[in-house]
Amino acid sequence: MNPILTSHDLCLWYGQTQALKNISLDIPERSITALIGPSGCGKSTFLKTLNRMNDLIPGVKITGEVRYRGEDIYAPGQDVSALRREVGMVFQKPNPFPMSIYDNVAYGPRTHRVKGRAKLDEIVEQALRGAAIWDEVKDRLRKNALGLSGGQQQRLCIARALAVEPKVLLMDEPTSALDPISTSRVEELALELKERYTIVIVTHNMQQALRISDRTAFFLLGELVEAGATEDVFSQPRDKRTEDYITGRFG
Amino acid sequence: MRKAKDALRMGAMGLSTLFTCTLAVALMGYVLAKGLPQLSWALLTTAPSYLEDTVGILPDILNTLYLILTAVVIVLPLGVGAAVYLNEYATNKKLVSVIEYAAETLSGIPSIIYGLVGMLVFSNLLGSCLLAGALTLVVMNLPTILRTTQESLKTVPQSYREGAFGLGAGKWRVIRTVVLPGCVDGVVTGCILSVGRMLGETAALLYTAGFAHTLNGFFSGMSSSGATLSVALYVYAKEPGPGRQEAAFAIAAILLLLTLGIDLAAVLVKRQFQRRHL
Repeated sequence: MNPILTSHDLCLWYGQTQALKNISLDIPERSITALIGPSGCGKSTFLKTLNRMNDLIPGVKITGEVRYRGEDIYAPGQDVSALRREVGMVFQKPNPFPMSIYDNVAYGPRTHRVKGRAKLDEIVEQALRGAAIWDEVKDRLRKNALGLSGGQQQRLCIARALAVEPKVLLMDEPTSALDPISTSRVEELALELKERYTIVIVTHNMQQALRISDRTAFFLLGELVEAGATEDVFSQPRDKRTEDYITGRFG
Repeated sequence: MRKAKDALRMGAMGLSTLFTCTLAVALMGYVLAKGLPQLSWALLTTAPSYLEDTVGILPDILNTLYLILTAVVIVLPLGVGAAVYLNEYATNKKLVSVIEYAAETLSGIPSIIYGLVGMLVFSNLLGSCLLAGALTLVVMNLPTILRTTQESLKTVPQSYREGAFGLGAGKWRVIRTVVLPGCVDGVVTGCILSVGRMLGETAALLYTAGFAHTLNGFFSGMSSSGATLSVALYVYAKEPGPGRQEAAFAIAAILLLLTLGIDLAAVLVKRQFQRRHL
C-alpha cells in the first residue's frame, strides 16, 4: 500500500525536553493506524505533528521531516490551512463550538469559502450522515450543539471534520471521554470511514487498537519501539518492551 | 459561657448588617425624597437662564449623553483590540504581564489625576470642551475595558481554538468567529460598568469638559465647554440663588436612578449570558 503520510527522522522538543526521538513511520492510505503506548510516550505529540497542530504551542522545535503525499509539510512557505483541510483532527474531549449543530458542521466549509445555502445544506447532511449522527439530529439542526450528549458531541465533531472533505483523519483518544456504547459507535464509524479516509488514532485501549486498526505503532519514552501489522504486533512482538506493554506488565 | 459568646458574636454581626442596610436605604431614601419632588418637566426640558434666573438641566443631560457616547465609541475598540492583541498575538509574556500590572494600577488611581493629565494634554490642545472630557474618560476607562475583556478572553476554552485551527481556519477567523463571540458578555459587562463610572465622574471632567450649561448639538457640543449631570450637581450644590439646591437634589435623584438601572442591566446581561452558556 502507498503511504499517504511519512515521517522520517522526526525529532521534537518542548523547550529543552525532547518529546520525540527520530521517529520514522509510514502511514498507508485507507487504513487505520493505531498509536499506542503509556501516557507521556509521545504518541499524541506525534499525531499533532502530522497536521502541525504543535505550531500552536510556544517553544516547540522540530527537526526531520513529515511528508504528506510526498510534500514536506514543514518546508517554509507551506500553507498550514490547506494542510489541515487535508489532514483533519478529532480531539480527546468533544469540543463542539457553542453554536448550532448546523453551524458547527458548516464552520469548516465556510472557512474554505463554500457559499450558497443549497450547497452548504448538502455538505452538512452528507457530513452528518457520514458520521452516523444524521438521524439523531436532523430535526434539531438549529439547536445548540452543547445540548447533545457526549457521544453525540464527539460524532458531531467527526462530522465537522468530515465536512471539509479531508483525506486523513487524526483522532486523539476520541473515545476516552465516552461511555462504552458511545465508544462502540465511534469505533464502528471509524471502520466505516476507513473505506474512504486514512485514519490515525491514538488510543490507551489495547482492545480498541486490536479491534479496529490495521497497523499499530508502539511508542515509549519518545521513541518508536515497533510498528507493523496489528496482528503481528500483538501476537508476535519483536521487541521485549512491546510484549511487556501489551501484556500489561507496565503502562 | 460558649453559648453566650456565640450569641454576642451573632448579635454584633447582625447589628453591622442592620447598620449597613439602614445606611444604604436611608441614603437612597433621603436623596429620592428630597430630589424626586423637584423633578419637573420644565427642569428637564429647559436650559438655565441667568437673565430670568431659572434653572434647567437639559444641556447637562445632553452633555452627559454626548460625552458617554463619544467616550464609549472610542474606548471600546481600543480596549477590546488591545486585549485581543495581548491575549492572542503577543508572544512576550513578560511584557504582557507588565502591561497587565500597569493597567491594574491605572484603574485604581484617583480620578483627579486623570483630570489633571487631561487638562494638561487634551485641554491644552483642544481647549476646555466635551471632546477633551471624552478623551480623558477614554484614558481613564481604557484599563477597565482592557482588563475585563482580557479576563473573559481567558475563559474561552482552548479547545474551541484548537477545533477551529484544526479545520484550517486562520488566526483572525478563529478570533472573529470563536473567541470574540465567547467573550461578548465580559465586554458588555465591562462596558456597562464603565458607563456607570463615567456617569458619576466629576473630578476628571471639571477642568477638561468645563462647566457651561448652554444647549448644543452633538458636533458643536464636542468643541464647546459643557457640564455633565455630575458636574452640574457639583456646581449647583454650592451656588447661591433660587432653585439651585433643588436642582442639585433633582440631579442627585436622577443619577441615583440611572446608576441603579445600570447595575441592574449589568446583572441581567450577566445572567442572560450564563443561561446561554448552559
